[in-house]
This record gives sequence, C-alpha cells and structure tokens, in this order.
Amino acid sequence: MTKNNIKPSTQRGVSVFKTISKHRLFIPIAFLMFLLLLNIFIKPGFLRISLGRDSSGNPVLIGNLVNILNNATELVILAIGMTLVTASSKGQDISVGSTIAIVGGVIMRVLCGNETQPTELKAPIILAFLLGCLAGMVCGAFNGILVAKFKIQPMVATLILFTAGRSIGSMAMGGLKPKAVSSFGYYGNFIPGFPIPTPILITILVVAITYIALKKTNLGLYTRAVGINDRSSRLNGLNPAKIKFMAYVIMGFCVGIAGFVQSSRVQTVNPYTIVPGIEMDVILAVALGGNSLGGGTVNMAGSIIGAYTLQTLTSMLTTLNVNTNAVPVFKAVIIILLVAIQTPAVKNFFSNKAKVSKIISNQGKESA
Amino acid sequence: MQEPLLTMKNIYKSFPGVRALQNVNFTLYEGEIHALMGENGAGKSTLIKVLTGVYPMDGGEIYIKGENRPVHIKSPQDAHKHGISTVYQEITLCPNLTVAENLFIGRNDELLVDWKKNNSRAEGILEELGIPAKPTQQLSNCSIAVQQMVAIARAVDMDCKVLILDEPTSSLDDQEVTKLFLLMRELKSRGVGIIFVTHFLEQMYAICDKITVLRGGELVGEYKVMDLPRVELVAKMMGKELGDLADIHNKAQTDNENTKEVIIETVGLASNSGVKPFDFKAYKGEVTGFAGLLGSGRSECVRAIFGADKVTKGKIKIKGNEVNITSPLKAMKKGIGYLPEDRGRDGIIGDLSVRENIVLALQAMRGFFRPFTKAQAQAFADEYISLLNIKTASADTPVKSLSGGNQQKVILARWLLTHPDYLILDEPTRGIDIGTKVEIQKLVLRLASEGMSVTFISAEIEEMLRTCSRLIVMRDLFVVGELEGDDMTQDKIMYTIAGVNKSE
Amino acid sequence: MLKRKESPTDTAFLLTITISLFIVIYILSIIFLGDKGFSKIQMFFNLFNENAALIVIACGLSIVMITGSIDISVGGSTALICTSCIVCLNNYGFNFFTALILALVIGLTFGAVQGFMIAYLEMQPFIVTLAGMFLGRGLVALIEVNQIQVDNPSFELLSGARIQIPFLGDINKRGVFIQSKLEYGVVIAIIVVCVMFWLLRKTNLGRSFYAVGGNSQSALMLGINVKKTRFNAHLLCGLLAGIGGFLYLFHTRSGSVQQATGLEMDAISASIIGGTLLTGGVGNIFGTLFGVLTSGIVLLIVTAIGSQDPWWPQITRAAMLCFFIVLQSIICSRKRK
Repeated sequence: MTKNNIKPSTQRGVSVFKTISKHRLFIPIAFLMFLLLLNIFIKPGFLRISLGRDSSGNPVLIGNLVNILNNATELVILAIGMTLVTASSKGQDISVGSTIAIVGGVIMRVLCGNETQPTELKAPIILAFLLGCLAGMVCGAFNGILVAKFKIQPMVATLILFTAGRSIGSMAMGGLKPKAVSSFGYYGNFIPGFPIPTPILITILVVAITYIALKKTNLGLYTRAVGINDRSSRLNGLNPAKIKFMAYVIMGFCVGIAGFVQSSRVQTVNPYTIVPGIEMDVILAVALGGNSLGGGTVNMAGSIIGAYTLQTLTSMLTTLNVNTNAVPVFKAVIIILLVAIQTPAVKNFFSNKAKVSKIISNQGKESA
Repeated sequence: MQEPLLTMKNIYKSFPGVRALQNVNFTLYEGEIHALMGENGAGKSTLIKVLTGVYPMDGGEIYIKGENRPVHIKSPQDAHKHGISTVYQEITLCPNLTVAENLFIGRNDELLVDWKKNNSRAEGILEELGIPAKPTQQLSNCSIAVQQMVAIARAVDMDCKVLILDEPTSSLDDQEVTKLFLLMRELKSRGVGIIFVTHFLEQMYAICDKITVLRGGELVGEYKVMDLPRVELVAKMMGKELGDLADIHNKAQTDNENTKEVIIETVGLASNSGVKPFDFKAYKGEVTGFAGLLGSGRSECVRAIFGADKVTKGKIKIKGNEVNITSPLKAMKKGIGYLPEDRGRDGIIGDLSVRENIVLALQAMRGFFRPFTKAQAQAFADEYISLLNIKTASADTPVKSLSGGNQQKVILARWLLTHPDYLILDEPTRGIDIGTKVEIQKLVLRLASEGMSVTFISAEIEEMLRTCSRLIVMRDLFVVGELEGDDMTQDKIMYTIAGVNKSE
Repeated sequence: MLKRKESPTDTAFLLTITISLFIVIYILSIIFLGDKGFSKIQMFFNLFNENAALIVIACGLSIVMITGSIDISVGGSTALICTSCIVCLNNYGFNFFTALILALVIGLTFGAVQGFMIAYLEMQPFIVTLAGMFLGRGLVALIEVNQIQVDNPSFELLSGARIQIPFLGDINKRGVFIQSKLEYGVVIAIIVVCVMFWLLRKTNLGRSFYAVGGNSQSALMLGINVKKTRFNAHLLCGLLAGIGGFLYLFHTRSGSVQQATGLEMDAISASIIGGTLLTGGVGNIFGTLFGVLTSGIVLLIVTAIGSQDPWWPQITRAAMLCFFIVLQSIICSRKRK
C-alpha cells in the first residue's frame, strides 16, 4: 500500500525536477540562441565555416562560430573553476585575470630565460606548462588559505592577488617582454596540419574531465553542502575548510591552463594588459548560467553556456565596430537586465497577481 | 462587552506549496494574556509574522481598537506605529551595537540621537527590570539570556498596546522566567494585551487567561484557560484523543541488566568548549541522558564525544579500545551518530533536497571518490521517508521547505542510515509538535531494544524520565551526579542539579 | 562618550590599532628616512594633497561596507565624471560650479540606480556595482576615446590655487623658509570626513547603517526600514563618489578611459586598513582617513627606498592589504572567544 503511494509521487517529483533543471538552463540557452540569431541577422554569413589556409599553408577552419568557440576557451575553463569557488565559498575569485598574468609570466620566463628574442625554447613546453599550472595552483592555494583558514570573504581575500598579480607577473619575467618561438604557438592556435584550433580541443578535454569528475566523485554534492551550511556539513563528516581550499586550488589549476593557452596565442605576455577584465566576464558567465552568486549551486552546464554566451556577445559587438572600451556598456546593461529578471522581487511582482486572484476565487468558493 | 484591542478576521496566507493560514480569526482584549497554541506547522509563527507585517497576508482584515477601518500593516515599523511590538524566539537585536542602541534604535524618525539621554534612560530601564548589563556595553559581549532580556526590555519600553512574546522563554532559566512573568503581570495590569506563544504547557497555565488553538493553519477554537484541562488542550492541538504519551515505558531498563557490553566510555574527557573532565559509560541497548539546566554543559559533553569540539584532555574508548577522535568524520567511522541541538544551524542543509540530506552522512563516510548513484540514494531516501513517515512532497523537495518536525526526522533518517552503534540525540524534540515528539520517543526506545546505545538529551525532564534508564546530571560544566532506577524522579533530579541533598 | 572599561566595541578597538599603526610608521619613516624628505612638514600635507579624492571616496565605501554591501563602481564613475566634466568645461562653457553640479548628479545617479537595484530588487551588490563599473568606463569611451585635458582658464586657476599654512613650513637647501601648501580639495575632504563621522555617530540614519550591517534581519525586527537604509547608504556613497570624482578632476585636470583604474580597490583597502569589516556593522570614518594616510605613507616609503622596479608599489600595497586582512581576521576570531 505505502509503496504504491510513494512511487507515483516520486516519479512526479522527478519530472518536476527535470522541468526545474530545464528551466535553470532556459535563460542562458535562450539568450545564446537570441544572440546567435541576431548575429545571423547582422551578418548573413555568420554561420559559414570554411576550410582555409594559414600563412604557412596549413589547413585551418575559418568562420565566426569557430572564432567564438576558440576565443571562449579561457572563459569556459575559468568559469568551471569559478562555479566551484562560488558554490563552496559563497563568493567569487576576482584575482583570476591577475593570476593569469603570473602564470603567463612564469611560462615566458621558463621558455625564454633572460633573453627577449630567443631563437629556441630554453625548456620543454611541458615543463613550462606544469610550472605555469603550479604557479596558478600556488596562487589558488594562497587565496584558499585566506578564505578557508582565516575565514575572510572571498572577494576581499582575492583582492590581494588582484592588486598584486600583474606586478608579480612582470617581476616573474624580470621586467622583460620576451617573445617565444612559434612552435610554442601551437597550443593557442593550430597544430600544423590539423584544421581545428587547439584551444577548442583543450576546452573539450577540460569539459570532459569536469563532467567525469562531477559524475564519479562527490565534488558537486560536497561543494553545495559546504556552500549552503558549512557548520552542519562539518557535523556530517565533511571538512568545509578542506573543500573550500580544494575549490580554490582547482580554480588555480584552471587559471594555469587558461594562462597557458592565452600566452601561447601570441607567444608573448604583457602582464599589465593580458586578459583585461576577464574576472568580471567569468563571474558574469557563472551568474548567467543560473548559479547563485551567494553559493550553494553547481550548475556547471549553465556556466559553460554562460561563457559562450558572453563570448558571442563580445564578438557581436566587435563585428558592429563598437570601440573595445565601450563594449562593457552593453555587457553591463544586458547583465543587469538578466540578473534583474531572476530576482525574487521581480518574480514575485509577476506571480503575485496570479496568486491573489487564485485566493479570491478560493474565498468565493468557501463562502458559497 | 468591552471592545477588543485587536481583531484578526479571516486571515489567509500561503507559501509555495503550503497553505500556512486559512480563515483564521483571533481576538485580543486589553489586560489579557492570550496563549497561541499549536503544533509545529500549525501556523502560529505565520500568524504573528502577518500581524507584525513581516509577511504580507493574502487575504483577511485586521482591526485595532481606536481605528475604525481595517489596518494594513506593511512592515514591523508599521506594526510599531499601531502599538504592536514583538519579542521573537531568536534574538533579533544587533550584536554589534550597544545595549542602549539596541533599546532605542529604529523607534523614531528623528534625525539626531541624544546618546547621553538614551544611555541614562537605558540605565534606568535596565535597573528597573533587573537586567545585568551596562547601556554602553556591546551586545555581543552579553550572555544570550541577557540579550533576550534586553529584547524584552525594548518591547516593554515601547509604548505598546499589543505585546507579542514568541517563545521568549526558550533560552531563559527558571529564575529569569519568573522575572519575566512578573513583568508580564505588571504589563497586564497596565492594560497591555499580550500574545504568548510557547511550547511549555506549564508556563502557559501559569500565566495565561485565554488560549487560541491552531492546527494545520486553521483555527480550532478559543478557550478560557480554566475551561480547558491539559489533556483536552493537547488533544485539541493534535486533533486526536491523548493516551499515546502514557503508553511509553522504558522497557530497556530491564533489558540492559542482561547485556552489559560497554559501547562507549570516556575517561576524564574535556574539550575547548569549557566542559570539565567527565567520565561516562554507555551500554549496549541502553538509553542514557544528560540532564541539567541550559548552559550546564550537557551539549558540550556529547559534542566532545563526537569530535565536534576540540578535545583537550582525556580519552574515549569504544568497545574497550582507545580511539582518537579529532573530527566528526572519525567519530562517524567509529559508529557514532550525532543529532545536533540547533536544527537550523547545525542540522539541516536547507537548500539540499531531502534525499541529499538523508544520504549525506553515509556519503561522507564512504568517501569523496565513491558517490552513490542517484538510484541508490533514492532507494535509501524512500526507505526512510516511509519508515519515519516523513511528510514531504518528494525526495527532491528542498529540506528547508519542510516543517520543523519533518526536518528533524530527516536528520534522524540521516543518522539511522549510517547504522551507528551509539546515537546521540541532542534535544531532538525541541520546537516540534507533540505528535512527532511521541514518535521520536518511541523510536528511541525501539532502537535501544534493538541493541543500539542511545543518549537522549532534552530540556523537558518528564521526557527524559520516560525514555532514559540512566541520567547523568550536570551543573556548571561539571558532572554532579548519576541517577538510575528508582532514584530517577523529578525531585531527585532537581535536588541534584541544585546541589542540595534531599535527606539533609 | 561614556567610559567603557571592560570591553571596547569592535569599532573602537580596530580604530585604535589603525591610528597607532599610522603614527608608528610615520615616526619610523622620519627617523630612518628623514633625509629623503620624510621629516618635512610639507610631506605630511602632500599626503593629503595627493589623496583628497581617495579620502572622500573611501568614506563612501566605508559607509556601504558598514551596511554590509559593497560598491566597486566608484572608479568607473570617477572616470566618467572627469571626462564628462572636462568635455563640458572645454566645449559647453561650464564653470567650476556647474561642473561640480554635473559631477554630483552623475555620482547621485549611480548611487540611486545601484541602490535601488540592491535594496529594493535585492540584487547582489557585487554584480550590480560591477555592472556600474563597466557602464562608467564604457560610457567614457563613448564620450571620448582619447585622454583629454582641462582647457578652461578659470577652472585651472582655482585648481592651481593653494592655501598657505601660516607658521608651518620647511627650510630648503638654501635656507629659505617655504610655507606649507594645502590644496583646496583637501579642505573639502576634511569637511566630508567630519560630516560623515558626525552622521555615523550621532544620527539615527548612521546608527541604522551599523544595525543593518550587524544583522539585517534583526534590524528589520527592530523597526528599521532596511531597504531604505541600504538605499540611503548607496545614495550617500554615490554622492561621495561624485564629490570624490570632482576632487580627482580638480587634482589631475585630465580624463581618460583608463583613469582611476583600481581606485575602488584602493578605497576598499583603505577602509579595511581603517578597521571596517567587510562583513558589515563595524567601521569608523576616522579609521578610513587613517587607512588612506597609512597606505599613502607606505607607498611613499617604498618609492623612497629607491627600488627602480615598477612592480614594487603594487606588490607592497597588496602585501599591506593582506597583512591587515589577516590581522583583522585573527583579532576578530580571538575576540569572539
């Protein structure tokens, strides 16, 4: 008897949950679609992808979509880390742009040594990559200790590296502006003979690893539990400090990969101007993806879609010849609108009318 | 007939999925202490929050004496203007402000504040009510009880016609409760109408004139206190005849004579929470209890055993083997479960679903790299939802949307799922309705009869007497006695707590 | 103030630390770096001359931080104020006062719109003001892409004017006595500090900022209009950003897209150094003033020690911020026990 009672209700629950989760992705997906349509409208050949040749005659894919997928790489990778950081520590890491400068600085120093125009790489690329990731993770660990151990609000804790990061990057390169040989550029551009941009492959790899990690470990459950209530998480056998710390180290690892891709794109790094304002884009991507910036939600797919949405917006504005410095105006307006319609206050405003009319009709029934 | 001070007519309020109030009426006269009674989820708190403007109501009318038209209360500020003040269960003062500021802030719209005048006025009020605090002291430096008294002082000092006390006594000791009652009678003689919400029947009968009973968001009725004996009141609150409470006897008492296997033993255990070294033994199939006043260290003892506080001294033995418990996880792995005192803060993880809340502890024990599949977790959740009769729309419902009693059952399910040898329940029945209370008490006895060792802590001594076979009595962070068998009477416990030998 | 023997309030406690630290650093700099100009009285005044705008803006940030919110748009609005005022001064015949009004209007608009979104729509302050920051800088680019200078004689005259401080001054190498000079902007900054101190300490509005920051739920129960208080805090911050932005223009006389980059971070760190907790409810305007002065003098010391590498000032600034944040965290957790 009881079992029969339970089954339908849980099934109904599952379907309700599915509609909710669909709904959570609804806004970012709808917005992405809208932007893509707008792009097609602005530029009829927007969707066209062709096989071209680069300057050295290797086959490469060319097209707006390819560019968007390619250029969004750093954003997507960082959004993955940022989602975990946001969920577990109820705050954001605003130092990611500055830490990319550090990672870039370390990588260039390792590859070029003390020369500005070395004719060959001074160290294997894999070593540079590993040291870059290590640098990113050390920065992440620094932030993580401040947040997890000293219980400092994430934004304030990461303000420190936000302030110092670009200078540290410059220091790491010894004040030089070296340019590495072009073989280092494979990772940010194309591997000769292979037409798909390498960053897209890297993105696929990172997203796949993230997917497996979320499926095969308790990463999602733990970060959410800690983000919602770290006191009771501890009493349930979790270690909130360790989980938050890990989230920041993972964020640092993501920064390491993103920094590697970014510095490989032009094989040189200017720590003061590299990825300007990317921390803001990343946070917005996470928010766009339907994650609460107050922690406790892990909507990874949403964040990734959010990152692509933002990149589409950026590239659309560039197509429209908007001054790079003025791009933020549009982002700001759109973000505010998007966040505003998701706030309870605005939602209530619309649903209240429906509720009141419902109650009035109920009252009518009872009195009758 | 005198005109009522406050009339609430046909009040409606619903939250997503819950009808919190349906067609509720409430009337309050001058100089009346009116109890608002009901189980958890009956709608008491919602009614009060509607009255004070915290929630907007969906339908209904509120009349206040002296105002001809129904009033619209949009915010607590609005409520103050209509002469309605509230003291809530949780302390609703600002810890970073001084005592005087807490007394006076938000009470007028004047631009300037004369702190000298306020401080001296505050001193007078505090003295009058016998509250041991200085006006310029930062509130967070005061004890919880004093903070509560300041909240009451504030409401008292506000020239209010209607004073709402929403479980104000839950963090006060007997002496302070007596003081509060004196104050309430004083206000009553001044013609203030008091709405008193409490779970303690004793206190209600000691002070109230009238009772309004709510059940499931609906009005059951309004009664004079003398017309409604205890049993009938409980029956009205539960909506069924009483008798269940009487059924409970501690059978484990006799059982544990046969099986004297020690599950857990502490030797001179002390923790950084301040609890003094204590020795404690729990046997298989036995229900033990820690009795004592609030702040006597009863929670601190079990927190030390569970590794929730840092152990500074002493050792813990489990089944005779010494173990080193430095974190809750280690305690869990040794077969200990702990249901914490503060459900909202330490127990539930509000935004996680019922299912995730149930499997969380077992999941944490299994480890990071071995997650349950959704089907496994769902099976566990379903099993315990039906076993403990948890009322929830589905296992995917966020646990925070459940009523208090059902949230507590979810946490119980979480620990039962780990199949502990030793289960600590720290005030599992606090702030939940009588029906669920009885269910939990019965469950505790059943678990013990199945061989689990349980420690049951409650602020209500009768409840402990019904369920426990052995009581550890505490005073001022010291264990001061241990009562067993025939010694376990209410009087004996009181005397032990007070530190007086009855025979002397 | 009445005597507080046993335990000072958190605010008073953190303020004491900040002020004593500033004095210690200043004395040490005079002792060890006196020959590099630190013993000069003008140095002390320059500390104010250089930081007048920051002082005002940091006051605004302290107020929103005390209410438990944040505003990171102040750098953006400062840049916008500078550029739009310059355009108006140069091309539309604005004078000092009309420019000031324009600055205040811009500041107040930012404060009001952001405040409305944060207080009444309950949007997260970080996101809202982040968008404000984007918007401010983006609008600058829409108005004028290049760096521009004030070309308005009467404004320049006022901006170049200095107050000669009587009886105070330094003797230069030739033995000539030079009176100390103070910019007019500093006077405005000091007035702002005093008014804000009074406002926070003595008015109901000020105390409700603390109440809302300490526990907004409780504040609501105490009958404070939390939404209005939050809105007012942001409005006030906007006003101060307007004044601060104008002082910035008054001091630099130029405007560009990249202007005042990181100003919001400087203001936040000054507030933190000054003892404002980002959790809200604790902070003091004089603390903020000393926070600005402390970070100012430390930067001067770093420059004076003579490291040629351009990265040291920023790293020092960050290290200092780190030190104070960790210190605050340790002190507060000790106090709680």
